[in-house]
Amino acid sequence: MSRQLTFHIFRFNPEDPKSEPHTDTFVLEETPSLTLFIALNKIREEQDPSLMFDFACRMAICGSCGMVINGRPGLACKTLTTELPQEITLMPLPVFKLVGDLSVDTGTWFRQTNTKIESWIHTDQEFDAEAVEERMENDLANAIFELERCIECGCCVASCGTANMRPDFVGAFALNRIGRFIMDPRDKRSNPDYFEVVGTDQGIFGCMGLLACEDVCPREIPLQDQLGILRRKMAFQGLKNIFKPKEKGHHRRF
Amino acid sequence: MEHETFYTDLLCVGAGLAGERVAISAAAAGFDAILLSLVPARRSHSCAAEGGMQAALGNCAMGEGDSPDVHFADTVKGSDWGCDQECARIFADTAPTAVREAAYWGMPWNRVVAGKAKYWKGGEEFEAEEKKDKHGLITARAFGGTAKWRTCYTADGTGHTLLYTLDNKITQLGVSVHDRVEAVSLIHDGANCMGCVARDLKTGKLRVYLAKATLIATGGYGRLYSETTNTVINDGGGHIIALDTGLVPFGNPEAVQFHPTGVVPTNILVTEGCRGDGGTLLDVDEKRFMDKYEPAKAELASRDVVSRWMMYHIAQGKGVPSPYGDHLWLDIRHLGAKHITTKLREVYDLCRNFLGVDPIHQLIPVRPAQHYSMGGVRTNSDGAAYGLKGLFSCGESACWDMHGFNRLGGNSLAETIVAGRHVGTKVVEFLEGAQVTLSSALADEGLAKMDERVKRLVNRTDGAENVYAIRDAMQKVMMDKVGIFRNGDDLQSAVDTLREIYAQAQKIGLRSSGVGANPELALALKMPGMVRLAICVAYGALMRTESRGCHARDDYKARNDRDWLNRTLAYWRDTQADLPTLEYEPSTQVMYLPPGDRGYGKTEIIPMDAPKED
Ligand SMILES: Cc1cc2nc3c(=O)[nH]c(=O)nc-3n(C[C@H](O)[C@H](O)[C@H](O)COP(=O)(O)OP(=O)(O)OC[C@H]3O[C@@H](n4cnc5c(N)ncnc54)[C@H](O)[C@@H]3O)c2cc1C
Ligand code: FES
Repeated sequence: MSRQLTFHIFRFNPEDPKSEPHTDTFVLEETPSLTLFIALNKIREEQDPSLMFDFACRMAICGSCGMVINGRPGLACKTLTTELPQEITLMPLPVFKLVGDLSVDTGTWFRQTNTKIESWIHTDQEFDAEAVEERMENDLANAIFELERCIECGCCVASCGTANMRPDFVGAFALNRIGRFIMDPRDKRSNPDYFEVVGTDQGIFGCMGLLACEDVCPREIPLQDQLGILRRKMAFQGLKNIFKPKEKGHHRRF
Repeated sequence: MEHETFYTDLLCVGAGLAGERVAISAAAAGFDAILLSLVPARRSHSCAAEGGMQAALGNCAMGEGDSPDVHFADTVKGSDWGCDQECARIFADTAPTAVREAAYWGMPWNRVVAGKAKYWKGGEEFEAEEKKDKHGLITARAFGGTAKWRTCYTADGTGHTLLYTLDNKITQLGVSVHDRVEAVSLIHDGANCMGCVARDLKTGKLRVYLAKATLIATGGYGRLYSETTNTVINDGGGHIIALDTGLVPFGNPEAVQFHPTGVVPTNILVTEGCRGDGGTLLDVDEKRFMDKYEPAKAELASRDVVSRWMMYHIAQGKGVPSPYGDHLWLDIRHLGAKHITTKLREVYDLCRNFLGVDPIHQLIPVRPAQHYSMGGVRTNSDGAAYGLKGLFSCGESACWDMHGFNRLGGNSLAETIVAGRHVGTKVVEFLEGAQVTLSSALADEGLAKMDERVKRLVNRTDGAENVYAIRDAMQKVMMDKVGIFRNGDDLQSAVDTLREIYAQAQKIGLRSSGVGANPELALALKMPGMVRLAICVAYGALMRTESRGCHARDDYKARNDRDWLNRTLAYWRDTQADLPTLEYEPSTQVMYLPPGDRGYGKTEIIPMDAPKED
């Protein structure tokens, strides 16, 4: 006998003056290999065509479908209903601006944060179209990829105590990204440069070390290691800054 | 009507790799650019590409002796001589530079490690010596249909890392990205394109974008089919707005590629890198079969060829029965845990997450699924669309046409940034000389028309047809009758059914209120256009009485170079019509490589100079 699943889904349409935040209940019969991606589409197509939620790749690599699933942020596309009890509660990710129902505006948030942390290679070298590429060790390329695997789904941000309290905290995602650039020899920023970007309470010193980010990361990125490394580096840099006149990075030509 | 208007030099409809690469060129030259995207740019379909991109660097042992000439020849053969050879030439020549440029921007390409290395091919292990002087340069893996190992990669997250690299560059250059904004019609005066009308998918409000140059880089139209590897947003939005002008042709709509290894039942793709790295295809008896059909290339013949043999083998009763129909197996177990958890890590994760299969110890159930749209907005070699000045297209949405009737794996990611680089230069030249008069009257007209459409849908003025039912019906016909193997009867019946579906699509009415970011409204606005595209695909296929690349007709098995060495141009000039007008042009103006045998996928060929029989 297949289960009757009961979905309790948060509903609110900010564009509709008549809409009030509330929860709607939908019932769906469980079928083999049912994921939340399939279930939500079924509910929308068969029961309520106004239901808002986000999917794109439906294979856990684009980061669209982060939501709070029975209290825990995760990717809906890779969540099989068999992993869940019969009663399933779905809420939108906190921290991000609500678009409607389960859909939140991660695009604006991540773009702003990426701009703030200057998430790009800083170099004053020109590209030479005629030259052979600069060499790199394969192990280093793999190590960079290990951090670059983040898909900006927002689960770490949503699960973070600090991010939920202060809107300017950049979150584990950003600190991980900075870690990626620190590791990359093509990025010529020095520690003082990075300190300017993340050596604050909005950055690494805002982290309370609650560890939820790594727990919920659907990509299993070693976020805690990254945060630890960065905290030590930046604390050290902070000390140096106290004793030295502030150095300015020399490599700020973009 | 209350709405926002944005002005810019370059409007890129689409913020995947192709759109972003063109925007980088424009921004670097000092022009304003705005990118539109249905989803945050980094969630574009490009991020899902796994295996890698082709560029003839020749650094790794198995790539030694590679050159743009060899890459060009492979691409033309891969296209089954359906491509524009001028574009294929530009493409092969520029690819190495584009790959290196991406490295300069931060792309973590995998690198050559000097010394002896073990590789797999056709289920057997062999050793190659990677040269000392190449140590640390960009390495490559094998993909189907290539003479050399040429596919550059970052593990199996190549699309992801490349898109993030380009998006970082966009951020650095301060290019505006308006995500969750959908272009719904082009603004033009019959000769010049001036931007688009769009719908804000966060609020549901209509907007106007006025631009000196407009680029369509909206990716493919895989969602015309029910079984596809494509993202849910690959629904042909860019093709619809271009075709709707009545002026811009849809080039080679019938050229639709199926990928051999869609996972059963979800159609999630496992990369061709699996076969490139030595994975094999097995049947119900857990025996290899591709080596029998294609002794030379086996699993590494081109995608169209492998997909067809798989379906053929299943038809011979060699498929593995399952509740979802028969399938075959992909075996990567022999590659070993280390290889699978590093170089094929995404595959490892998705097999476990979505199938509950551990590919280190278990076989992966696979079957061909729709994968790539070779057809698209027809452009010249500059990326300029036929029919409207100031309109460009690039990437999967374009029929720039270096893929002809079959795309080689790894040639699409490469196309996005290689063509993007080339077309970017041409767009900058256009902008430098542009004398464009932007008309707000035309914009208002487009806006009013769209507003009227929205109202009719919300008020159910034209009927109460269910948009999801219409979509399902269309996808089913396409899958059943316009799939891997095609024939006249099926195609005729597909066209007939699609015309009926099209009539219903005019009578859609919403079931919900349509207020705000309403998803039902988004689909309803797009649906008639999607059916028009489907009709172009089916009708184009019906009229093409030959087999070429992915277009395989049971009733016309030969590749007919005498009559069909040409490209279909589908126009939708008459808004009342339910069929496009088909015209044809030669596949290529310059022919560096005269039509010949591909070297795999044996087919009969009617040569160019064969006498006409009547
Ligand atoms: C699973 C998978 C794996 C692949 N692996 C490889 C590989 O290993 N190697 C390879 O070479 N190729 C691969 N491909 C193919 C390749 O990924 C794509 O062809 C390529 O990324 C297309 O890039 P694009 O920029 O043209 O379009 P996309 O990345 O599809 O971007 C389209 C953009 O247009 C936007 N858009 C669409 N419609 C509208 C509209 N109406 N208004 C506004 N915006 C709109 C979207 O939001 C998006 O930003 C793979 C494809 C798939 C499905
Ligand atoms: S839909 Fe892409 S991660 Fe879930």
